[in-house]
Amino acid sequence: MYPAPFRYHRAESVAEAIGMLSELGEGARALAGGQSLLVLLKIRFDEPTDLVDLARIPGLDAIEQRDGEVRIGALATHARIARSEIAAAIPIVRDCANGIADNQVRSRGTIGGNLCSGDPSCDWPALLTTLDAQVHCEGPAGKRSLPVDGFVEDLYATALQEGEIVTGVSFALPGPGSAGAYVGFKRCAPAYPTTSVGVQLTLSGADCVDARIALGSSGLTPIHATAAEAELRGQTLGEAVIRRAAEAAVAASDPIDDQRGSPAFKRRLIDTLVRRGIDVARRRCAGEQVEVSHEYY
Amino acid sequence: MSTTELAAHEVPKVAIELSVNGKRYRREVEPRELLVQFLREELRLTGTHIGCDTTYCGACTVLLNGEPVKSCTVLAVQADGGEVLTVEGLEQDGQLHPLQAAFSEHHGLQCGYCTPGMLMSAYALLERNPKPSRKEIRKGIQGNVCRCTGYHNIFEAIEAAAAAMRKE
Ligand SMILES: Cc1cc2nc3c(=O)[nH]c(=O)nc-3n(C[C@H](O)[C@H](O)[C@H](O)COP(=O)(O)OP(=O)(O)OC[C@H]3O[C@@H](n4cnc5c(N)ncnc54)[C@H](O)[C@@H]3O)c2cc1C
Ligand code: FES
Ligand code: FES
Repeated sequence: MYPAPFRYHRAESVAEAIGMLSELGEGARALAGGQSLLVLLKIRFDEPTDLVDLARIPGLDAIEQRDGEVRIGALATHARIARSEIAAAIPIVRDCANGIADNQVRSRGTIGGNLCSGDPSCDWPALLTTLDAQVHCEGPAGKRSLPVDGFVEDLYATALQEGEIVTGVSFALPGPGSAGAYVGFKRCAPAYPTTSVGVQLTLSGADCVDARIALGSSGLTPIHATAAEAELRGQTLGEAVIRRAAEAAVAASDPIDDQRGSPAFKRRLIDTLVRRGIDVARRRCAGEQVEVSHEYY
Repeated sequence: MSTTELAAHEVPKVAIELSVNGKRYRREVEPRELLVQFLREELRLTGTHIGCDTTYCGACTVLLNGEPVKSCTVLAVQADGGEVLTVEGLEQDGQLHPLQAAFSEHHGLQCGYCTPGMLMSAYALLERNPKPSRKEIRKGIQGNVCRCTGYHNIFEAIEAAAAAMRKE
């Protein structure tokens, strides 16, 4: 099937994009890589009157690190992020960028579009929640920055106001003794994850100084598993502590029954992935090089 | 869902200019026209296949500005100003590309439906990595589904092509 007719507009700047989206109103959609939007338009799940193409806006795809802060522009593609120096320096970012979909989708799909889809199966919202990132937005009312935790408010719904776009995300460069892992399980490369888990640990020896855990594809929104973090924080990482953290993460999840699996199966998977994420993060904290990404059959 | 439905004739066409297999084309397209339709219907380059409606199969893979993309999920207007390479662009002066020769030699296809996409993903892989391991080849064609071969001979063909291209 092919999309229903729509008008096409190409924005040359952020201001122009905001102007176009505000003026065109309800029937207009922003277009970035199109790897979520065009899929929906092709099955006529949505029939917008106008698409405002953001992809040519200069400078919105920058990936940079400055003063201990990492900033990734909304238009940075998964593939470019995976190949960036940031991904080389922060393995959890590489895990996520390389795990998303397949080579072709990663060539086009952007981090901004991934966040704005509001799709609970998307990986960047969970990864960015693990890193306690900020989302930078610009709209008719000006600029604002929001914590990523809560940005996806409900199924396919985000905190964006009409005419507002995401310009980029930022997070603090993990300090010494801090490392993470993003692990997922999916049925095949082009599929969305069945579930995925991000874990970021700050350790002093075997003692957990700080922990962040977020779950993707585990409910109607990304889930910040605060109770699981509390099980780890201030504890020596041993079997019982890790088991309690995994149990708390499972309790925080609310997986839906779909073609990827039953809720019971997904809960088992979350348990396994939390343990695996903690294990890999811990080894990375100790300086070990560990390659992980989404696993599939 | 939006409320107003547009008829195709109410929508202005958009002028685009792009290069396909080294040749420049200028056309007016409907905004909703997919790159794969543009290639197949407008330019009559029917080597690029359509195998699904869900962006899963990879049969439609082409290179856009050097990167593999699913041309069923790119609008022709998004490719404006770009350089596209399709399976028709692989042969040079009537000579099969080493990948094409190796797929033939190693029986890397049965029905052939997935083959154009496989070739383009393999081409993109070898551009970045001239000596891929088996695992890297698997990752390289992770976005291409083959319903016939079981992939084994496709791996063999890509390995052989890589060796031939390195002139081993
Ligand atoms: C086969 C397949 C498998 C996939 N598997 C995965 C996976 O495993 N994990 C995963 O995370 N994702 C997956 N995806 C989704 C993919 O990562 C998309 O690239 C991503 O979700 C959307 O990014 P995009 O740039 O293509 O956005 P688009 O499709 O262009 O836009 C998506 C939505 O966001 C809005 N939007 C886009 N950019 C902005 C912006 N800057 N400001 C405001 N609104 C904006 C659009 O209006 C639209 O509503 C998959 C996609 C496909 C086709
Ligand atoms: S036709 Fe199946 S992915 Fe494009
Ligand atoms: S040869 Fe038939 S689908 Fe691959």
